[in-house]
Amino acid sequence: MDDLIIAGRSFKSRLMVGTGKFSSNEAMVAAMEGSGSEIVTVALRRVDIDNPQDSLLHHINSERYLLLPNTSGARDAEEAVRLARLARAAGCEPWIKLEVTPDPYYLLPDPIETLKAAEILVKEGFIVLPYINADPVLAKHLQEVGTATVMPLGSPIGTNKGIRNRDNIAIIIEQAIVPVVVDAGLGAPSHAAEAMEMGADAVLVNTALAVARDPGAMAAAFKKGVEAGREAYLAGLGKQQDKAEASSPLTGFLGK
Amino acid sequence: MKIVFNGKAKEIQTSITIQEFLDQLQLDCQQLVVEHNRNIITRQRLAETPLNDGDTLEVIHFVGGG
Repeated sequence: MDDLIIAGRSFKSRLMVGTGKFSSNEAMVAAMEGSGSEIVTVALRRVDIDNPQDSLLHHINSERYLLLPNTSGARDAEEAVRLARLARAAGCEPWIKLEVTPDPYYLLPDPIETLKAAEILVKEGFIVLPYINADPVLAKHLQEVGTATVMPLGSPIGTNKGIRNRDNIAIIIEQAIVPVVVDAGLGAPSHAAEAMEMGADAVLVNTALAVARDPGAMAAAFKKGVEAGREAYLAGLGKQQDKAEASSPLTGFLGK
Repeated sequence: MKIVFNGKAKEIQTSITIQEFLDQLQLDCQQLVVEHNRNIITRQRLAETPLNDGDTLEVIHFVGGG
């Protein structure tokens, strides 16, 4: 498979994984390993001194994985920028998955605040990967301000519904000058394969792995889905049409 | 004196640095990032930054997320 290149950095894997919602750190590590990922997302939260937790970073080999902190929990641009700066101060590389989700029910990203934050963070030297609704015009605006990718959702976070906005994702891919990462809602390897067949450059998966009976095995299944989809895209898929077209010759039938 | 620590009021002793405060809570500063009155305090500066009455302190760490 060809390499994925984001902001000049090459990755062998086109599958990014999230680290949230796993039943244990062992399950999370199994999913990371099974996925073959090189990019893993993490979140920033207040330390809870009443319930001390084992440090997440003890379980993530920073030689092997690029840590991609997200700005989840941010309700506006100001909060997102604040979280991004904290992540960088914590010692992360300046890569940030920008997400601004003021609505807690559907967790849909706020386009205006996301664009505002992206502009500030790009100026501050961050490599910005913005999570967006599948809005081709917004995707263009973000690329114009210098984001390293665009990350349209397939369906709302954690819904496992797959790609419910195919046409808009197709337009984003067609017009993109940066990698397109389909993020959120991918619930099955076939969903990931579908995104890759459409020409997406990568996908990000979390919930589908975390809630699987066997997260490591599910991650391996997603890895195959992503690879199959990418290889099919590169190989060139046949066009869809309404009229049947025989695969077998239409001449030389018996009895004629 | 009183500070606001991670969103909650907390009574703490006077003349204490952020580093000493974190040590008392047995927090490993290598895994944390600290914001003091909305300014990020780098690890090197934790031991030289005193806490004052009414300060706001946010102590953040990485957790699983998508």
